[in-house]
Amino acid sequence: MADINVKINGIAVSVPKGTTVLEAAHKAGVDIPTFCYMKEINEIGACRICMVEINEGRGFRMVAACVYPINYDNTEIRTNSPKVLDSRRKTLELILSTHDRKCLSCVRSGNCELQALCNEMGIEDETVYEGEKPSYEVDDSAVHMWRDNNKCILCRRCTAVCAKWQGVGVIGANERGFKTNIGSAFEMGLGDTSCVSCGQCIAVCPVGALSEKDYVDDVFKALADENKTVIVQTAPAVRAAIGEEFGFEIGTNTEGKMAAALRRLGFDKVFDTDWAADLTIMEEATEFVERFTKGGTLPLITSCSPGWVKYCEHYFPDMTENLSSCKSPHQMQGAVIKTYWAEKNGIDPKDIVVVSIMPCTAKKFEITRPDECGAGVPDVDYVLTTRELARMIRRAGLKFASLPDEDFDNPLGLSSGAGDIFGATGGVMEAALRTAYCWLSGNNEEVVEFHEVRGTDGIKRSTVNINGTEIKVAVASGLANARTLLKRVQSGEEKVDFIEIMACPGGCVNGGGQPQQPASVRNFLDLRSERAKALYGEDAAKTLRLSHLNKDVQALYDEYLEKPGSHKAHELLHTTYIKRTIN
Amino acid sequence: MATKKTVPFNGTEEQKAKLLGVIAELKDQQGALMPVLQEAQKIYGYLPIEVQKIISDEMEIPMEKIYGVVTFYAQFSLYPKGKYNISVCLGTACYVKGSGDIYDKLQEILEIGGGECTADGKFSLEACRCIGACGLAPVMTVNEDVYGRLTVDQIKDILAKYE
Repeated sequence: MADINVKINGIAVSVPKGTTVLEAAHKAGVDIPTFCYMKEINEIGACRICMVEINEGRGFRMVAACVYPINYDNTEIRTNSPKVLDSRRKTLELILSTHDRKCLSCVRSGNCELQALCNEMGIEDETVYEGEKPSYEVDDSAVHMWRDNNKCILCRRCTAVCAKWQGVGVIGANERGFKTNIGSAFEMGLGDTSCVSCGQCIAVCPVGALSEKDYVDDVFKALADENKTVIVQTAPAVRAAIGEEFGFEIGTNTEGKMAAALRRLGFDKVFDTDWAADLTIMEEATEFVERFTKGGTLPLITSCSPGWVKYCEHYFPDMTENLSSCKSPHQMQGAVIKTYWAEKNGIDPKDIVVVSIMPCTAKKFEITRPDECGAGVPDVDYVLTTRELARMIRRAGLKFASLPDEDFDNPLGLSSGAGDIFGATGGVMEAALRTAYCWLSGNNEEVVEFHEVRGTDGIKRSTVNINGTEIKVAVASGLANARTLLKRVQSGEEKVDFIEIMACPGGCVNGGGQPQQPASVRNFLDLRSERAKALYGEDAAKTLRLSHLNKDVQALYDEYLEKPGSHKAHELLHTTYIKRTIN
Repeated sequence: MATKKTVPFNGTEEQKAKLLGVIAELKDQQGALMPVLQEAQKIYGYLPIEVQKIISDEMEIPMEKIYGVVTFYAQFSLYPKGKYNISVCLGTACYVKGSGDIYDKLQEILEIGGGECTADGKFSLEACRCIGACGLAPVMTVNEDVYGRLTVDQIKDILAKYE
């Protein structure tokens, strides 16, 4: 289609017909603020903060830039005229009239889209429309998060991701007008609903209405306790994103500085969950080969993502037998730390505190599950999100950017490239296939890359032929995509042997516990692929790229577990599931 | 907003069968939720959690979405009508004559909010707009009985008349 000529604040740009004003302005290097808008999933034009003046030949009028398409040649747009700025300021003042303005004690202070815009717009009096304010109790019923509706600006990004990305839809707008509030059916607490704890709502919230339950102080307290050995482990996706909290470009791998920061925070050992990712592959690939060759329940579905596991339990209870019985990697690592490592080092597991740094809020729920206590004590004591770790680093006064690059501690810090890519959609599948390929082909050291399962497509499929054996695999990320795939599998339309599912779109790199990026970044950059690059880059640069060649994982089996899938491995590294209902 | 538990749900199998029939008929139409909710309210008189759950399961729509629609539109009710339905006029004339205080007093005595029903199923309370009896303002009705020129201290005695 022919391009259309547009003038934005006098700057000429040409854009395809139908381009929104917001996108055209972006192309012209002009930012227009948005609150409600999320490309493709929340194009509701409701918040009115993006209003601009447009002239399509019949004089200027106001439209919502986020959804208004440019259809006429020579359209003129003003995004910063006095009328536009006045409208924007009034909209902000009205939002502020019902907003709980406790910025100083707000978790989002300094990283709040409302606060930043008020600052940009030069808001001088936040009480200009002072009047009646709605008052809500904070919902703390969920294990992993709080909702404080007193800070909610009703943008509905959270409800859009919950319903459309995740197909869960346990939160939405209730009532109308002044009483409109985000909540669940019949005012149920979030903890009583079939919320899967993925935290995508938190990741997209522009303000401090939604946040993970913060355990930073608890971890500082544990670190100060001389009777405790405090061990930290970090998930693959954390290193791909924590740099964003300290000014690094999105997609920068800051693994070395992260390890250095953790050591300076006082953790006794800095281990890497990537190590347990390799261990997971040993167990899961064994489980797959077992089921595949002996006629067990297929498709086998990965169980690394606790948001997905909870979703399966609520929404596909008939398929919990398809879930791999493997614990997720950080739980495995916790179980190994409190048994094998504890015995080797002569430490009572009761005196060990394991802290997992995760891109995930569902892991906070996961550690409270039954059957996650390999040593008779919880495998993991605290889960902190990437954001909470950033808070710890700031609170401790560490200058992250100028820290040296350090390595993880061993033996539970060594990982293969296959373990590193666990943080991106398709990564677990590729890691498993690399090892399965070696085992079935008899060539123990050949690294085969599986590009069909890479990338950010919601559902990916591939057929892998290993020595004449055909294995059909599928990968889904985002639970709405998982649902589409599983419905087809259930109905028999699609036959698959092995499925990887991650709850968050794009996988853990885009997890609910990752740094929050404002709409001005999110709407124009694919966080999923940028962050994933950091992990695939790490994998490509390594010599060790096969999980089964990780010598420290091999040592664990030689010295302690005997072999993958052994009785002892099952006791420590595997778990059970619960059939739940939809609420 | 729901403030308390109300009358126990007494839906019958006939009502359920009727609702399932309506859903089956409308399910595949675009925007079927509104007509289904309207029919469901005709069948049951109101839309409690039990009814919304049936609709949610059958239509594969999250219950929150249904609840959001039900609480958005004034035509839908989460509570049944009581044996005696009290309606307080909040139209302009009644309001300036103090019907807001009457309404507040009723909520206080009955311990329910507007649109709700007492747990024993006896009284339900709602606000209405002008009923054309402005000369009697402030006005309320209890089923067919009309009470005019009301004062707050009369309310208790009026309620006591209803067994």
